[in-house]
Amino acid sequence: MYRYDAIDKELLTDRSNEFRHQVARRLAGELSEDQFKPLRLMNGLYLQLHAYMLRVCIPYGTLNVAQVRRLAWIARTYDKDYGHFTTRQNIQFHWIKLRDAPDILDALAEVDLHAIQTSGNCIRNTTSDPRAGATAEEIDDPRVWSEAIRQWSTLHPEFSYLPRKFKIAVTASAKDRTAARVHDIGLALRRGRDGTLGFEVMVGGGMGRTPFIGQTIKEFLPATRLLSYLEAVLRVYNRAGRRDNIYKARIKILVSSLGAEEFGRQVEEEWAQIDGARADLPDTELARIRAAFIQPGLEVLPAVSDSYEAARAANPALARFIRNNVSAHKAPGYAIVDVSLKAHDATPGDANFDQLEAIADLAERFGLGDIRVTHEQNLVLPHVKQSDLPALFEGLAAVGLATPNINLVSDIIACPGLDYCALANARAIPVAQSIAQRFLDADRAELVGELKIKISGCINACGHHHVGHIGILGVDKKGEEYYQLTLGGSGAEDASIGKILGPGINADQVAPAVDRLVEVYLAERQGEERFLDTYRRIGMTPFKEAVYVDAH
Amino acid sequence: MSTLIKYTADGATEVENAFVYVVDDEAVPQGADIIVSLSRIKAEGEALLASGVRVGVQIEPADAVEDLAELLPFLALVAVAFPKFRDGRAYTSATLLRQRLGFNGEVRAVGDVLREQAYVMTRCGIDAFVPADGSSAAEWSRAAGHFRHVYQTAADGRTPAYAEQGRR
Repeated sequence: MYRYDAIDKELLTDRSNEFRHQVARRLAGELSEDQFKPLRLMNGLYLQLHAYMLRVCIPYGTLNVAQVRRLAWIARTYDKDYGHFTTRQNIQFHWIKLRDAPDILDALAEVDLHAIQTSGNCIRNTTSDPRAGATAEEIDDPRVWSEAIRQWSTLHPEFSYLPRKFKIAVTASAKDRTAARVHDIGLALRRGRDGTLGFEVMVGGGMGRTPFIGQTIKEFLPATRLLSYLEAVLRVYNRAGRRDNIYKARIKILVSSLGAEEFGRQVEEEWAQIDGARADLPDTELARIRAAFIQPGLEVLPAVSDSYEAARAANPALARFIRNNVSAHKAPGYAIVDVSLKAHDATPGDANFDQLEAIADLAERFGLGDIRVTHEQNLVLPHVKQSDLPALFEGLAAVGLATPNINLVSDIIACPGLDYCALANARAIPVAQSIAQRFLDADRAELVGELKIKISGCINACGHHHVGHIGILGVDKKGEEYYQLTLGGSGAEDASIGKILGPGINADQVAPAVDRLVEVYLAERQGEERFLDTYRRIGMTPFKEAVYVDAH
Repeated sequence: MSTLIKYTADGATEVENAFVYVVDDEAVPQGADIIVSLSRIKAEGEALLASGVRVGVQIEPADAVEDLAELLPFLALVAVAFPKFRDGRAYTSATLLRQRLGFNGEVRAVGDVLREQAYVMTRCGIDAFVPADGSSAAEWSRAAGHFRHVYQTAADGRTPAYAEQGRR
């Protein structure tokens, strides 16, 4: 894991002091709310329905034990005992007082955390694979490149006042766990024919009210040229992106209006004029960053642990947990453990003080102190010995974190919705809970298999509904909450935007409708097909007929 | 007359602003140092530059700063306009003036120029400011110099973190 040196730490201290000064000026009335707003936003502070919300950056979703404990302490001291993990691998606290914000930022800085650029029209936290460094699938460790991007983009002088926010994802496996194709820039690591490392560069993906799948503008960018190329993309966007209409200001609109080919041509033209010797990271610095991600402490173990196999055979609950939440690690005898924050009665993505403390303890005892956050609002312990899995399972179960539902119907992404958010039109959390309730039967949920449901409380699509296998969008129709269902979306390597099923339905009808969609799938599926595959094969009609049968 | 802050390696000082901005359809005042638009310098450049006064050009956000390339050796300054502080196009214009077009003269920020942006403006190679928030030179200097380290190369030529002594 990358550890901050004196330079990184001093930068955070300076930032924290600067913001303390700005808050003081705001509280003294020297800054208007209009002038203060972009400053607080660039420090992750939003004004929501009930209070300020502070969004803390978790760079590419990677945390250590001390950081998780500090987040728990903040939840207890300054919030209502919990935090909410977001779809961008960050955590947010929903009940913050403005005057506490500088102290919180100081407390975060002590453990190398911050809220820099978690909001505002700037380059946001880089999304990366929560299994980085643990999966055998990856071509290279995406954290190396994510950290390079973190440093490059932090307080970037030219790109701090972009037309709109800007999100970059780095993925390194054939299986994309970052939703790279719905980011402003998606970077997929590739090996060239000569064995050199490079990126496929995709631009212009995004959700919101006009969703797009990112398009490839460069098949193979030599990895060492990454920063100069990003500079070229950002510069073309900063100059040409629309600033007259907030809804048309994202890079996806520019790429779509120019066409990906023309946009790519402009980037190439700009890139050719950039001095790589100035703009690209020297090999020495890349080597320094790379060295920080070499995982210490992995033991040489036999591929199979007898005690683990015995425990698994004896305990059906453990066996179920392993089936759904545990995956292969690159090192023999180790496993990657997904920790679900989607218990059926919980708010998706929420973790309370006790749970955060428990995660920190368990990661310390069983997980080499490494904790990851996924964009699907779960946590991952990437380095667990198979022989420790039974004890880890017990420890997780004790705080309600052993829900065996990863990628299943109740592993739902949901935005905070109208329960918290000033932008929302409808509630998202209770809808997620009603679906989870409906699929409480774990055997049935496993029978259904992978099914990604994603819920947004408004058209801004923070809940990624466009890329849900089943997407659910909350809308306001004459003061009443309605929900529009979409089918066939995917945020993974087979990315696609979902299509609308039919007229909106009310909150009570959502879970029954999902149930009917699932029944159609179970009746129609062939072989190993997932819900998404069956939908893609048979199309919308059978699903639509099942949901709207009463309307005929 | 508005305050002008000049920023150099030694810090910020308040100086008198000798330049007047002349809007496109107004006649150029006799004997005064002037700032004109890009379109005006394109149309009347030869006459203006021969008139014996110092001439600067103001680049609006939508202007292509590259259009100035050939005129730069004759200009006293280039002003980059911030109609709103949120409009960040001038950061690219300033960066290109320094890094690509090799302009060593004054690059001046005008418009909605606030102390909170002093740091990014300075890093993009802007070295003169007409603050809209009444900032003093001392306040400006403090804001611009707030960070002991920078992570990336920029037009100000500061040494990025990766090239600092402690990290190599």
